Amino acid sequence: MTVTHGPRSRPRRAVPSREGAGRDRFPGPGSTAATLGRVLALGLIIGVALWAAAPLVSARQWIGVGIVAGVTALAVYVYMSPRRLPAKYLLPATLLLVAFQVFPVLYTMSLALTNIGDGHLGTKQEAIAAIEASSVRREPGSAEYRLTVAETDGSLVFLLADPARRRAYAGTEDGLREIRGASFGAGGRVTAAEGYTVLTPAQAAARGEEVSSFAVPVDGGAIRAQGLTRAYEGRATLGYDVGCDCVSDGTTTWRADDERGRFTAPDGTSLAQGWKVGVGWANLTAALTNPKINTHFLGVFVWNLCYAIAVVGLTAALGVAAALVLHHPRMRGVRIYRTLVVLPYAMPAFAMLLVWRDMFNTDFGLVNRMLGVDVDWLGTPLTARVSVLLVQVWLGFPYMFLVATGALQTIPAEYLEAAQVDGATAWQRFRVVTLPLLLLALAPLLVSSFAFNFNNFNGVFLVTAGGPFPSDNPTVGATDLLITYTFRLAFGEQGAQYGLASAISIYVYLIVAVISIIGFRRTRAFKEVS
Amino acid sequence: MRGMVVRHAAAIAVTAFAVLPIVFVLSAALDPIGTLNSATLVPRGAGLGNAVKLFTTTPFWTWYRNSVVVSALTAVLSVAVAALAAYAFSRFRFAGRRAGLASLLVIQAFPQFLAIVPLYVIFSTISDNWPEFGLNSVWGVVLLYIGGQVGVNTWLIKGFFDSIPRELDDAMLIDGCSHTQAFRRVVLPLAAPVLAISGLLVFIATINEFLIASVFLTGDDARTLAVGLFGLLADQRNANFGMFAVGTLLTAIPTVAVFQFLQRYIVHGLTAGAVKG
Repeated sequence: MTVTHGPRSRPRRAVPSREGAGRDRFPGPGSTAATLGRVLALGLIIGVALWAAAPLVSARQWIGVGIVAGVTALAVYVYMSPRRLPAKYLLPATLLLVAFQVFPVLYTMSLALTNIGDGHLGTKQEAIAAIEASSVRREPGSAEYRLTVAETDGSLVFLLADPARRRAYAGTEDGLREIRGASFGAGGRVTAAEGYTVLTPAQAAARGEEVSSFAVPVDGGAIRAQGLTRAYEGRATLGYDVGCDCVSDGTTTWRADDERGRFTAPDGTSLAQGWKVGVGWANLTAALTNPKINTHFLGVFVWNLCYAIAVVGLTAALGVAAALVLHHPRMRGVRIYRTLVVLPYAMPAFAMLLVWRDMFNTDFGLVNRMLGVDVDWLGTPLTARVSVLLVQVWLGFPYMFLVATGALQTIPAEYLEAAQVDGATAWQRFRVVTLPLLLLALAPLLVSSFAFNFNNFNGVFLVTAGGPFPSDNPTVGATDLLITYTFRLAFGEQGAQYGLASAISIYVYLIVAVISIIGFRRTRAFKEVS
Repeated sequence: MRGMVVRHAAAIAVTAFAVLPIVFVLSAALDPIGTLNSATLVPRGAGLGNAVKLFTTTPFWTWYRNSVVVSALTAVLSVAVAALAAYAFSRFRFAGRRAGLASLLVIQAFPQFLAIVPLYVIFSTISDNWPEFGLNSVWGVVLLYIGGQVGVNTWLIKGFFDSIPRELDDAMLIDGCSHTQAFRRVVLPLAAPVLAISGLLVFIATINEFLIASVFLTGDDARTLAVGLFGLLADQRNANFGMFAVGTLLTAIPTVAVFQFLQRYIVHGLTAGAVKG
């Protein structure tokens, strides 16, 4: 078989090689350089792959190794192939998009189907362990140790000395283990032990939070630190019972509620620590049907829409007006005006947003001082909305001005002269000739400006942070856009609700996607008109 | 003549609106007291006290370097990656081309920072394995920004490539060039305006980006200007205002420099679609 297969396959391979020789009809400087380039590319791909795979192999993350191998194979195939593949040009963009845009979106969608958030971050096992560990209370007469905080391989270790028996133990997250050959210092604390790095008091203090939450599990309880030099053995007051799938402290019993991911007592109260469970479409429907959420959602959506439309309309109007004012053959000083008007575009937006916030300050803000008034600009809903609009108009109109100026210069003077000959007034010439041509040039910009301002997080968050908030409801402010509202849901002081926030961000996403598709179609239509 | 007076009055009003906040920043930067409630439109004195204080009490130049490095790398690399993809979409006809373009449009509509929890998970994993690209690393954030920008830029650049006649490529091929050479020597130089404008827009968007940077670049050495200056006001909003104003003015320099550098290519690219925020 192999013998007959060999000769038969050889002419077949010759066919592509003749095509390859065909390419040599355009030898150019290409062929040797191309071969060299291919060799370099191969070396680069293999090098990166080896570098990327090394830590994964040593950490035994075989899924990761598989992904690296797959991507490498794909890259080698694409770039070593002599054919002219579109993938050669598409691969870098595709990989980056998949890793940092597609995967996060899909992940967000999967989170939207869970109750993930504060108190619902981990698995049920982790929740039980956390409940038991945090319920450890000291009992009279329990064992006490002298504590030395140390580390091994970067993870925290408690070196515990029992002064009564002059014994030393190493306590890790896995349990307690006796160590020999430790040296003791004054006060009976361990000062050195083989294999462990003792932290200085300053280093230990810097990891104070880690130290105080560290628990060394022992039978029926745990050893916890009390300060940085003492530790005690305490008993867990809450215990989990597999038989009834419940947590009990002897008097009250909290039963596991696997649908909502928490332990609930008969009187309806729950333990703060729960776990992550799938909740199906609950978050997605809650955003639409839960009256507590959907009234906010709708109100914010309407303001969001008004905000984006108003910003686009006002920036375009002011930009075009300024361009028209300066567009006159007898106008003097045009260059200076232009340079000054475009200045806001050069300033860093994030910083200027903060400057505007402080200019609106009631007590020592520039706006109040210049106008001689005492208005709490960012404190009442109406003035706050006016303020964020004003700020965004300031940031956005110079660009509109720039584009409108350019577009005005490309409008052929003949059109206007012809209209004038036909007896059109100045206003008619503007309305019938100049404005339509200007709008044609501005259309793509108006669409992208709308899409941008619909999600203008900085423009609202840095100025008002979504506020002012009604006194009875700190979750929705008067200037909140969907995106700042969602952000506060996910990371706000009310406690993180990633699941709900993810569901709402999916809606935001759908809205923006629809807008950008419509916008795209409109601008294409505009182009065909021209 | 009355028309000209009205025009000048309107022009002066618009210019005043545009310039006043900047004058305020300039004055606050020079003001010797350097607090928000002392800042006025006309400074009571001029001094470099705020600047000296900014340079000595904060790692301002480290922030500055980080911002410029992140923004420049993101601008150059994302335009490069996007130009390659745009070339494939513009000049090749392959299965899935239309679907690819449509999905690019849909994917890039998702605001990247809404997915900040998943992104954090991704970066924790990266930090564990390749700390060079993980949290508090300039390179990691650059990759993240490119991933978020590449969709928009591909569309923008592809639109421009479409307007370059294919006959030019074909002429190069007949003259014995490879496709890569046709791309490099004909299409890319002709597309300079759109490459310049996309680069500028990415640069501006990146140097202004606050949210992702505030989550991923928290180490003292890794902060960008947006994160660092924001922290300055968060600590002592009133007292640090003069320092903040100095920082704001200095932050404008790279943007203006990039704009000046790219200006000669930009004239045609301006209308290609851009916003600022």
